[in-house]
Amino acid sequence: MKLNSYSAVMDRKNEIMKKALGMDYEEFEGEGLTFDYERMMEKGGYSIEEVKKIQAETSVGNTPLIELKNITAAARSLAGPGKGARIFVKDEASNPSGSFKARRASVSCYYAKQKGYEGVVAATSGNYGAAVASQANIRNLKSIIVQELFDSHGIGQPEILEKGRKCEAYGAEVLQLTVGPELFYKFLLILEETGYFNASLYTPFGIAGIETLGFELTEQVRTICGKDPDAVVVTNAGGGNLTGTARGLIKAGAFETQVIGASVDLSGLHMASDNDFNRKSFTTGHTGFGVPFCTWPDRADVPRNAARPLRYMDRYVSVSQGEVFYMTEALAQLEGLERGPSGNTSLTAAFSLAQEMDEDQILVVQETEYTGAGKHVTAQLSFAKEKGIDVKIGDPEEQAPGKNIIIPSDPSLIKVSDIEMDNLRKSYLRNSLKKNGLLPENLSVKEKEFLAREIGKDICFVENSLTNITH
Amino acid sequence: MTKLIAPGNWVQIKQVVLSPEERAEQIPEETRKCPLTLLVKGFLQKEAELGDEVTVTTIIGRHISGKLVGVNPPYEHSFGKQIPELLQVGKQMRTLAQKGKRP
Repeated sequence: MKLNSYSAVMDRKNEIMKKALGMDYEEFEGEGLTFDYERMMEKGGYSIEEVKKIQAETSVGNTPLIELKNITAAARSLAGPGKGARIFVKDEASNPSGSFKARRASVSCYYAKQKGYEGVVAATSGNYGAAVASQANIRNLKSIIVQELFDSHGIGQPEILEKGRKCEAYGAEVLQLTVGPELFYKFLLILEETGYFNASLYTPFGIAGIETLGFELTEQVRTICGKDPDAVVVTNAGGGNLTGTARGLIKAGAFETQVIGASVDLSGLHMASDNDFNRKSFTTGHTGFGVPFCTWPDRADVPRNAARPLRYMDRYVSVSQGEVFYMTEALAQLEGLERGPSGNTSLTAAFSLAQEMDEDQILVVQETEYTGAGKHVTAQLSFAKEKGIDVKIGDPEEQAPGKNIIIPSDPSLIKVSDIEMDNLRKSYLRNSLKKNGLLPENLSVKEKEFLAREIGKDICFVENSLTNITH
Repeated sequence: MTKLIAPGNWVQIKQVVLSPEERAEQIPEETRKCPLTLLVKGFLQKEAELGDEVTVTTIIGRHISGKLVGVNPPYEHSFGKQIPELLQVGKQMRTLAQKGKRP
C-alpha cells in the first residue's frame, strides 16, 4: 500500500508527473543546471500550423482585434504633442469559455485525447478551469478542477466562486480547497488515483496554444495598419501568457515588437496567508504570482516550466487595483465592452504607456476576459468594502494593497510603475544557483550561456551579476 | 429532530486533507494552524444526516468520502452593489476623449 503523507506523496512527485504528462522531462536535461528549452518546446509542443488546426476544431481563436478609438483619444488628450499611440485590444473573451485560456486548454485536451487518457485534471483558481472543462467536453474527456477558494472561515473569494460555478456548468468535478500551497499535494494524489492527464498551465502544450494569439494579432495589425505592432502589453501572472504571445510574435516575424508585461501591484500581501487571502481584489494577473514566477519559473506543477517570461519580456510594469477598476469601468463606458477586471490589467498599463509612444505607433492589449457575478468590479469592490478595505477616490500613489483601494480621482493619475528588470534577472540567477546547489565559480561556459538565454541578456551580464552574488 | 437526507440527493461534503500537524513547514503561521480542507459535491450514496460521514458519487462518477455539510447549496456570489466611487469615470473619460479626438 502506498503511503499518502504529505512528504511521501511529494517524494514520488516525478513518478506521478511522468505518467500524468505522457512524457519524460529527463530527456531535455543537459549539463549541470541547463536544459534544452527549445527541444522541449519542439518535441512537447506543436507547430503553429498544427495548433491552428487543433483550435479550429474546437472554435478557439480568431478573435476580433478591436481599435479602442475613444480610449486612445482620451490618452492623447493627456499626452504631449504628437504622442498617444493607437490602442487595440484582442477580444479574447469571445473564446468558447470566455478567455484566452481556451487556447491553452485546447492543445492539452487534444494531446490527452490522442494519448488515450480518460480525463484531465487542472489545478487552477482562474479562468483556466472553465477552459479545460469546456475543451474537455468537446473532446469527450472527463475533467477535474482543483481550486484554492476559501479562507479558514469558509469565506470564498467571489471571483473564484464564479469560476467554480462555471466549471460545474460544464460538468466538471470541482474540488474546492482552503488556502495553502499544499493544494499541489492533493492534485498529485488525484492524478495518481485517476490516471488522468495533468493539464497544467505550464506544459509545452499550454504555451504552444497561446502562440496563435501573438501570431493572429500580428496578422490582424498588418492587415489594418500595414505594419507590425510597436508594442504588445500582456497581463502577467505565471508567465505563460507572455511567453506564448511573444513566441507567436516571433513566429509571425514581428521581431521588433516590444513585449511589455503588466501586473497588479499586490506587494505586502502573502499569497499563502489565510489572513491575506480575502484582502486582495485580484486573484490573478498580480505581482504575487508575476514576480516569483519570473525569478523562478520551475516552481510550477511540471518538472520544467514552459513559461519562461524573462526570456521574452522587454519591460515589466505594475498598476494598482484601483487603477484597473477605473479602466474596467472606462472600457464599458467608452467602448461598450463589459469585460474583466483581471484581464484589464494590461489595458490599464496601455492607457499610460500609449501616452509615452508616438501617435503613429500601434499598441496592442492582447486579451479581454468575460465578466459576471463575483468577478465584476461591482462584486469585487462590494466584497472589499465588506472585508473592511477602505475604497475611496484619490491618488493611486497612496494605495496600500490589503488596506485600501484608491480609485483615481482623475485619469491623468493612472501611471505605470516600472519593475526593475535587472533586479528580477539577478534574483533569477541567485535562485538558480541556490536550487541547484552551485557556486558561481563552478559554472561552465555552457551553463553561463544557458543562464544568459534564461534572462534575456548576454554572458557578460551573467558574469558581472554572478560576481556580485558571491560577495 | 434531525432531518434524514435520502440517497441520490445532490449534496456537498467536507474533508480534512491535512491536519495542522501534517501541513507543509514553509507556510505562514496563520495558515498552518488551520487544517487544509476540501469541499466537493456529489450524489449521496446512503441515507444520512448533516454532519454524518458519508460517501458521494461525483458528477464524473468518482467516489469521495467526507462529512455531509449541505444539500445542494446555492450559488450565492452576486454582482454586489453599484459602486458610487466609480460613477464619475464615464463622465471624466468622455470629456477627455472629446478633447483628444483627432480630425
